[in-house]
Amino acid sequence: MATLAKDTLTETPDAVVVRFAGDSGDGMQLTGGQFTLSTALAGNDLATFPDFPAEIRAPQGTLFGVSAFQINFGSREINTAGDAPDVLVAMNPAALKVNLPSLKPGGLVIIDTGEFSKRNLDKAKYDVSPLEDDTLAKWDVLAFDISALTIEAVKPFGLGNKDALRSKNMWTLGLALWMFDRERAPIEDWLKSKFKSKPEIADANIAALNAGHAYGETAELAGPIQQMSMPAVESAPGLYRTITGAEAISLGLVAGAQLAELPMFFGGYPITPASAILHHLARLKEFGVTTFQAEDEIAAICAAIGASYAGQLGVTSSSGPGIALKGEAMGLAIMTELPLVIVNSQRGGPSTGLPTKTEQSDLYQAIYGRNGDAPMPVVSCSAPGDAFECAIEACRIATQYMTPVMLLTDGYIANAAEPWKVPDPETFEPFPAKFLEEKNGEQLLPYKRDGKGARPWIKPGTEGLMHRIGGIEKAVDTGHIDYAPDNHQAMTDARVNKVLGVEVPDQEVTLGETSGKLALVGWGSTFGPIKRAVHNARAKGLDVSHIHVRHIWPLPGNLGELLKGYDTILVPEMNTGQFKTVLRDQFLVNAQPLTKTSGQPFTIAELESAIEGALS
Amino acid sequence: MNAPVKFETTLKDWETDQEVRWCPGCGDYAILKAVQRTLPQLGCDPKNTVFISGIGCSSRFPYYMESYGFHTIHGRAPAVATGVKLANPDLDVWLVTGDGDGLSIGGNHMMHVLRRNVNMQIMLFNNEIYGLTKGQASPTSREGTKSPSTPIGSYDRPANPCSFALGAGARFIGRGFDVSKNLPDVLKAAHGHQGAAFIEIFQNCIVYNKDVFEDFAAPKGAGDRQLWLEHDKPMLFGDPKTGFDKGIALDRENLALKVVDVVDGDWEAADVLVHDATNRSLAHLLIEMPFGPFPMALGVIYDDPAPTFEAAVVEERAKSAAGKEANLAKLLAKGQTWTVDAAEGHPTD
Repeated sequence: MATLAKDTLTETPDAVVVRFAGDSGDGMQLTGGQFTLSTALAGNDLATFPDFPAEIRAPQGTLFGVSAFQINFGSREINTAGDAPDVLVAMNPAALKVNLPSLKPGGLVIIDTGEFSKRNLDKAKYDVSPLEDDTLAKWDVLAFDISALTIEAVKPFGLGNKDALRSKNMWTLGLALWMFDRERAPIEDWLKSKFKSKPEIADANIAALNAGHAYGETAELAGPIQQMSMPAVESAPGLYRTITGAEAISLGLVAGAQLAELPMFFGGYPITPASAILHHLARLKEFGVTTFQAEDEIAAICAAIGASYAGQLGVTSSSGPGIALKGEAMGLAIMTELPLVIVNSQRGGPSTGLPTKTEQSDLYQAIYGRNGDAPMPVVSCSAPGDAFECAIEACRIATQYMTPVMLLTDGYIANAAEPWKVPDPETFEPFPAKFLEEKNGEQLLPYKRDGKGARPWIKPGTEGLMHRIGGIEKAVDTGHIDYAPDNHQAMTDARVNKVLGVEVPDQEVTLGETSGKLALVGWGSTFGPIKRAVHNARAKGLDVSHIHVRHIWPLPGNLGELLKGYDTILVPEMNTGQFKTVLRDQFLVNAQPLTKTSGQPFTIAELESAIEGALS
Repeated sequence: MNAPVKFETTLKDWETDQEVRWCPGCGDYAILKAVQRTLPQLGCDPKNTVFISGIGCSSRFPYYMESYGFHTIHGRAPAVATGVKLANPDLDVWLVTGDGDGLSIGGNHMMHVLRRNVNMQIMLFNNEIYGLTKGQASPTSREGTKSPSTPIGSYDRPANPCSFALGAGARFIGRGFDVSKNLPDVLKAAHGHQGAAFIEIFQNCIVYNKDVFEDFAAPKGAGDRQLWLEHDKPMLFGDPKTGFDKGIALDRENLALKVVDVVDGDWEAADVLVHDATNRSLAHLLIEMPFGPFPMALGVIYDDPAPTFEAAVVEERAKSAAGKEANLAKLLAKGQTWTVDAAEGHPTD
């Protein structure tokens, strides 16, 4: 074990944060993704945070065109993508300017001087090159011409300068692989398969990768950096892979449909950051999945409702603005009591807001955001791997209770990757859907409820069970149109009670005690930072526990009593305090808000200081 | 796909026990009866038949049909129906909509269900007014229509439903009116068409837009004002008692249609056009014929089938699933994986 750069890291760090930053055309997301793979294969725990601009190709070299990928990895459990990077790779002046402020004091910055032309410095609004003044004094600097070295490395392949420079990200990845003593073979395999039809491009990229790696060895000899080898994390035995939230949701939906023994119909409309789910599912047709790219968000949900009516598991997915458009149709699914899963990959709002940044500000929308008394179960994912289980849970509730279910995730979970212990499908509990095959009374009663309050599911095409449903208030049992006062009261109560009666596991304490001075109560993607911050605070001897809620509606039956066991309840969330309000409303507890709406996840430090503040 | 096996029913079998709640004298009653009369003739099976509607007077229709029915939300019936057809292409779907539901709030979905060519019959009841919301001008209301929302007369130009459908890429366009004895024939042709079949049905709203179609729908003088189109038949009209004495011919100079006199039934001498329902340009000219100088074009205006959307979806699904195994365990373990050894708690590869 050696240090990375002089005084950068402690002698034996148990975790390192690296941020790759460059122009949005520099391939930083790809570099980060492949570095993530090599980290996983090395057996480290990890969490990643891709942070890219909303523009597809922002003007080159500009500050708003900077794309970054941060990874935190270590030989201990990793809960977040890390607060401040230990190592920053800056591929141009703009990337340096945007990312330098977050680099840990004394950290290492690796710079491609080949991009520090007058023109690029102007675009990054540097009057004087930061390489020539004391801008970088606080940090260790490794500055050299990566561009020229890349061109040199790929020369034998006869590429023009422009094409040659596209391999710069692989050169950088090669250096990073050397720094952390990683195998190059899996990346080479990946390049060969990615450029199967263009072997010369694959070879050029591999040459760049190797050149970057070789440069590391030379640089070590010269002094500024040293290689380090991070031991693997202790983890439960089994088969592992890396997974992003969007992948996990897609796989969970496929698994959920299988467990319900139903074909799945997915209606979607392109929207950031939800589209990835449509893309994944479009490639899984062999699992009985039909994907339908509709003309708009409303058609996407309405087609899914139509498919559910016809006997499939209807699913739709969007982000906040699209979910708003789907609101009326959700009411229809509630009224007609058809199963439906609605995935909301939340992003910063309101309106178009921050399409590529994360927020948890659609909680009210999920629980309350429809006309009328329109109760709907809400399940929330806390991390990429957790999204898999949550998606199955949403399918279970939807089909067992004949109800639409909102599955909340967010931009951070959707794009972030973490190691995932591959589950064995044999261990999943099936919940086969049942269809009514013959009359359930002297006459057919499409709204006769079972013990769970669910009405029967009746497929068109079934002999003798013709009936009509719709959005107008239904009569108890018969489902005929009925506006009578007593009937509306009875049906409103039935819908509310059905959803409140959804079986939800008791709330457990994620970390800490079942009572005490302070509980941090979170939901969604704040899981990582809260858990790490509570862990750190408890290591200092502070009386603080972490409770993380998956079932947002209905809430776990024991949650109210559990919360009353703490002197103070702090609710960190990336909105202006929505879950805090729900907890106050439901349990009359003194839940205190801790809010952040910068489009960035909480840092561990922010939460640690909030914990200390709450306990002082 | 429409039911291949003829199923024996009578008109009564298609009636529900629900009280029909349209205004007395509403044109919707006649359309309901026409449909209930047509389905037994087509041999439709109630269990495979689904009526899907949006919101408005016309959209109450499914409640009165003893089949499966889904009364959805305003304008969205085409999207719901698309989901139904993709989930079960064997169901025989009839969409019921109106001029407000189908062309205003649901215009977007109407366009897409037509261009995708989802196999269903789309009946648009055009009464040129919002009935259920008490009489506001609709997108098909004629200029100058006085209504609660346009007290001194409407001033936006009306949409022509058949032009809209043709522009959206519909492969079947039929037109009829509520009390017409020919309406069942149009419905049958629409049902026989594989793909989205668009049928505009002029419907008399006796409360808010009474007799607005009387100029061509009134029995008296109907022969001169209605052009009933039949494929491969000359486009003749006029008083049938005295023999058709008028026809539609092509005005080549102006690339338009013209009305010509037919003497002694010799339509060929008068250069009367023979209707070709597969000719899209001709369909366009017929739909755009201004009423007054010309009769109202009715019947099957356009019928030129193309592969359906659901067939393409089924085919694509089969193609992309071909040779692949639906093995969940393998799917979950896809990509690059590593194993953590039980003994050491460390990765082994």
